[in-house]
Amino acid sequence: MLKDYITPDLIALQIQVADWRQAVRAGGELLVKAGICEVRYVDAMVKAVEEMGPYMVLAPGLALAHARPEDGVKKIGMSIITLSTPVEFGSESNDPVKLVISFGGVDNKSHIGMLQELAMFLIEPANQLLLEKANSIEEVMSAFEKS
Amino acid sequence: MRRLKVMIVCGFGVGSSVALRFTLDAVLKEEKIDVETFCSDSFVGPGEDYDIVFVSKELEYLFVKNRQPRVVIRNFISKDEVREKGIEPIRKLIEERK
Repeated sequence: MLKDYITPDLIALQIQVADWRQAVRAGGELLVKAGICEVRYVDAMVKAVEEMGPYMVLAPGLALAHARPEDGVKKIGMSIITLSTPVEFGSESNDPVKLVISFGGVDNKSHIGMLQELAMFLIEPANQLLLEKANSIEEVMSAFEKS
Repeated sequence: MRRLKVMIVCGFGVGSSVALRFTLDAVLKEEKIDVETFCSDSFVGPGEDYDIVFVSKELEYLFVKNRQPRVVIRNFISKDEVREKGIEPIRKLIEERK
């Protein structure tokens, strides 16, 4: 279940950022604080969007930020942030972004289960909306527990 | 007969494509279609052995020179979009092999 991968300290809701870089950094900061990755991993996530374009915006309003395991991941994990004002990532089809999920994996396989749990949750359109609108972390955690 | 190989591509092959593969697998199961699905990245993907590729608009350009069909997906977690755009070309390829 998703709650096995996410703790309340890895969620920040309705935060204010000026642009997509700040949004990715805010999500990355939660990962750093939780001991999931080094600061250089956050730089690598920003660089990945810069170099490979905004393909990480994988659904309307939703970005999935990450870099490679060797960019400084210490253990598998993910963070969730929502933005009070959506920002543009430069995605032709899916801007603006309201929900940023950042994750790190230690190899190319071990995080697959975590992403599948996430996809299983988000494949229900009502769940993405719930995350985007949530004002309390308890609300989010309780939705994860029901998933 | 070899199963149809459906490749799903994103930048590193470990993030967005995993989500899209999950969505596609769910749709394929509902449609009772048996194929092999696998993820690849933007570096290796264009040279992989595959029959049809699912990719985002941003990375589609990597595959324009390949002969295999492409399915461009906008919303990687939308079963409706994946079903609408992806099922017909997959069925067609399976039919052609019979």
